[in-house]
Amino acid sequence: MGKGLIEVFLEYWPIFLKGAAGTLQYAFIAVFFGTILGSLVAIGRLSKSRVLHAIIKVYVTVIRGTPLLVQMYIAYYFLPMAFPVMNDIFSKEFTVVLALIINSSAYVSEIIRSGINSVDKGQTEAARSLGLTASHTMTKIIMPQAIKNILPALANEYIAMIKETSLAGTFMMYELMYTRTLLANKYLFWQPLFIIAGIYLIMTVVLSWLIRMMERRFAVSD
Amino acid sequence: MTETNNVLIETVDLRKDFGDLKVLKGINEKIIKGEVVSIIGPSGGGKSTFLRCLNLLEEPTGGQVIFEGNVLDSKSTNLDLHRQKIGMVFQQFNVFPHLSVMDNITLAPVLEKKIPKDQAEKEAMELLRTVGLDDKANEYPRKLSGGQKQRLAIVRAMAMHPDVMLFDEPTSALDPEMVKDVLDVIKKLAESGMTCVIVTHEMGFAREISDRVLFIDDGIIAEEGTPEELFEHPQNPRTKEFLSKVL
Ligand SMILES: Nc1ncnc2c1ncn2[C@@H]1O[C@H](COP(=O)(O)OP(=O)(O)OP(=O)(O)O)[C@@H](O)[C@H]1O
Ligand SMILES: [Mg+2]
Repeated sequence: MGKGLIEVFLEYWPIFLKGAAGTLQYAFIAVFFGTILGSLVAIGRLSKSRVLHAIIKVYVTVIRGTPLLVQMYIAYYFLPMAFPVMNDIFSKEFTVVLALIINSSAYVSEIIRSGINSVDKGQTEAARSLGLTASHTMTKIIMPQAIKNILPALANEYIAMIKETSLAGTFMMYELMYTRTLLANKYLFWQPLFIIAGIYLIMTVVLSWLIRMMERRFAVSD
Repeated sequence: MTETNNVLIETVDLRKDFGDLKVLKGINEKIIKGEVVSIIGPSGGGKSTFLRCLNLLEEPTGGQVIFEGNVLDSKSTNLDLHRQKIGMVFQQFNVFPHLSVMDNITLAPVLEKKIPKDQAEKEAMELLRTVGLDDKANEYPRKLSGGQKQRLAIVRAMAMHPDVMLFDEPTSALDPEMVKDVLDVIKKLAESGMTCVIVTHEMGFAREISDRVLFIDDGIIAEEGTPEELFEHPQNPRTKEFLSKVL
């Protein structure tokens, strides 16, 4: 069995800490830029263009219907091969992050869409009948109400991403799961797994709790 | 002035389908400035659809809506400008829950008519006073009763200085004891010379305040006339049947 969990943690905690920081950071980048991209996708979904709808439908269906790991492999191996110029501009790390962002954008676009759909149709009708423009209706009436549903869902997406980024370790990216590879080199095989699991659990449970607080806040202001 | 100059809203062979369902089957109607027109008829007959076509909340499948001489078209850039002059009040109030009573009223004038905020607020206070809600200016709609919400919705529309007010069953979602307050507000409005088109199930009210009553059934105006003509001497058997059920 070798060393105990606590012993390993005390000895290598800076490695775990760096891994956890990497995880939070990759998840944040994925959701942050995923939200920007996802918002654009959601806006396209709300437009009247049928062609745009069809393209977006395919985009969202493909991204959500295939495993993130497959998307990462494609981004990591195939994209630089198909577009050699990417090698000059971007690091390999970037391709994996790109896969995370694109993956997140598909989920976020659906979050935004359903957040907007959750606002009663009568709100739009009242706004438009007052003569509000479509964009004022969106920014002053719909979005301020939709945001109460969107923000908690985005936070949940962040939690999901914290777990998803564990796949990035496969590509030698320094996140929490990658510490397993590092410590396996030191002949520590089972201890890091439980420590890693524990850290993931702490992160997700604490964040879930924060989200519940946020939702309760919104419920009060209703 | 000729009669045509006084026409505020005209519909020409107005048609509306929802998929295969033909809801409006060609409605020709003229609403005159200052007129108070009530619309009655059985459920599903197309009353709301007709009203919602007048400001193009519902896009007609065929025919035209002409407002103050302009053909309303969903692709026209002026639609928002025309809508500013067509106030609408809904059965479900549709007040904005995230805005205070004051902001509910001032939002559209400030945003779309570029009225200075303090001027808009001053006017909003006056409007609130006329409907007895001046003490609620800083409340949020969740603190209001249904009747108060509907009165707010009415003054919100009034703040845009519309040329006509459309009401779609403004009291149908209210508890009985609140109906009178809202009807009184509408009555005052009608008496002040505002052009009003009111879909209602309140027959007594329609008879009292209307210049003209339209009976819409199965997608057409099956009968129209003064309240006296329509309620006392209905000609169409369908009008008679409907009135016998509701009176
Ligand atoms: N958005 C819609 N999609 C499909 N069908 C609709 C839609 N709106 C209305 N209808 C249908 O059109 C018909 C007329 O509806 P409308 O609401 O105009 O009737 P109404 O006379 O206002 O009835 P009520 O007195 O019940 O309010 C109904 O059969 C209704 O189901
Ligand atoms: Mg109706």
